[in-house]
Amino acid sequence: MTETLAAGTSTGTEEIPAIRLRKLTKVFGDTVAVNGVDLDIRHGEFFSMLGPSGSGKTTVLRLIAGFELPTSGSIELEGKDVTGMAPFQRDVNTVFQDYALFPHMSLVDNVAYGLRVRGMPGNQRRERARDALDRVQLGKFLGRKPAQLSGGQRQRVALARALVVEPKVLLLDEPLGALDLKLRQQMQVELKELQRSLGITFIFVTHDQEEALTMSDRIGVFNNGGIEQIGTAHEIYERPGGIFVANFVGTSNIFDAGQAQSVYGRAEPFCIRPERLRVAWTGEPEHRPGTTSRPGTVTSSVYVGHATQVRVQLDGGPAVVALVPEKLPGRDAELVNRPVTVSWDDDAVVWLPARGT
Amino acid sequence: MRLSRSAKVVLGVITVLVLLFIYVPLMLVVVNSFNADRTFGWPPKGFTLEWWGKAFDSPGVRDAVLSSVWVAVVATIISLVLGTLLALSLQRYKFFGRDVISLLVILPIALPGVVTGIALNNMFTTILGVPLSLWTVVIAHATFCMVTVFNNVIARLRRTSPGLEEASADLGAGVFTTFNLVTFPQLRSALLAGGLLAFALSFDEIIVTTFTIGAGETTLPIWILQNLFRPNQAPVVNVVAVVLIVVSIVPIWLAQKLSGDSVRVSGARAKADER
Repeated sequence: MTETLAAGTSTGTEEIPAIRLRKLTKVFGDTVAVNGVDLDIRHGEFFSMLGPSGSGKTTVLRLIAGFELPTSGSIELEGKDVTGMAPFQRDVNTVFQDYALFPHMSLVDNVAYGLRVRGMPGNQRRERARDALDRVQLGKFLGRKPAQLSGGQRQRVALARALVVEPKVLLLDEPLGALDLKLRQQMQVELKELQRSLGITFIFVTHDQEEALTMSDRIGVFNNGGIEQIGTAHEIYERPGGIFVANFVGTSNIFDAGQAQSVYGRAEPFCIRPERLRVAWTGEPEHRPGTTSRPGTVTSSVYVGHATQVRVQLDGGPAVVALVPEKLPGRDAELVNRPVTVSWDDDAVVWLPARGT
Repeated sequence: MRLSRSAKVVLGVITVLVLLFIYVPLMLVVVNSFNADRTFGWPPKGFTLEWWGKAFDSPGVRDAVLSSVWVAVVATIISLVLGTLLALSLQRYKFFGRDVISLLVILPIALPGVVTGIALNNMFTTILGVPLSLWTVVIAHATFCMVTVFNNVIARLRRTSPGLEEASADLGAGVFTTFNLVTFPQLRSALLAGGLLAFALSFDEIIVTTFTIGAGETTLPIWILQNLFRPNQAPVVNVVAVVLIVVSIVPIWLAQKLSGDSVRVSGARAKADER
């Protein structure tokens, strides 16, 4: 494992992280939702918590926001211990999954809410709210109620409401989950740009690996209440730290210890990405140095638009998926059961420790 | 489901008959309050406002109306506070004994009035040694009026997301600010509906009242009961009955307009159980 704790790239200066979690644990009844999480999130970072549902990522977010109190462990916000503080005492704000806009208030009042409870006078706060709504292109809907908006618009209001109070850290709980694909992709770009221009630390919870990969400076992959791996999108994808990460992020072809033994003579599992595999339809193995070839039989092929996913059962090995960008030498049905050779560069192989950190 | 023509006609006739059976006697009371004939012969001999005038001049009636209104208002206020607090605690928090408490809270509306009346009478007079008064009536009424508020509020709370309160806290609002600016506005119409129902329940309650009212005090229903069989008071009783009808129906109607199904169900049940 190259990078263990988030303190990470040592610049030499002792920088106080925006968020520091130490041995954070949360138990609900007899379920351990979060299990001893250590995590440092840097200033101005776009950090994603990625994991399947039930992996503890949302609980960590709620612990940071203060909606839940940890069973043990500590939470620091900019070096200040906030572990036992109520949500309203913490300088973090949340964009909720269901947006949680106040249905009885107009958009201006929704956005001005945080300023109102801070005692800002009416005119001033409404002006600030108007500016904030302008920024998310909703300046002309000031007087509307949340129910009169579309999902994407509500999402922007929730964002404006959380940002208008200028939090140190913005927490986003799967905020794009309810939007359709096109809108989601558009919002991904907008969110990323917004974060860059504001310089606020964003903590983004998602189960969508593509979303995490495209938006984040760094990603923490959650599993079973713990963090499997922390790293940049590139590191997570290219160098998964364990079988779970290799499987969860993107598609991986995993060779178990025994299969690895017969290929490379090393009894440790490894994985290789589908786009790194080449299929030789003639069955001809590659003889260049630094490449490995294995014979197999095509079991299916699925056209996915930009490429074709060809599934090959390797002789004495696992069934692998290869992503073939070029045109196939025949129709799908003709290719099934065809003997082929699958080749890859040895440096595309990622050796996986039995369990990531 | 599509109904055949004959089925529609039959069902329509039955509906009309049932409604007539319920509302014709009530109309009769209203008509008789203006009937010039002292013995209420039919058809009415003529129109008069004499009974209405008499009713308004009668100090007994005036006192009874004031007592009833006072009891209903105070019982409603108590119900609003306690019912809301109960609903909030039972809906928003999980704790040991929650289901039991939830059942115990609703139970008084299902208990026969006689039982509640005797039990409370015992409690006040023999155990606590409190003299019966209008205050004891208020407390007795609050035990079941609370249920209508509780039912309305809890139904509303189930439909509103606790996420709103979290969002409010997240934006910096303390507990009381959150209640004022977020929770209460969500509950407002449910509280109004529950409160109106509670008022109506208390205003025309007679059984529990009989057991818990102090000597020398009267509420409107008690006054009617006492004067029903006094021949010279009969016309005034009709007037008082009309007042009772109006004061009971208007809040129920308003409550129904204000909140959807929850009121109709709990309200109907409450009234049914009271009879």
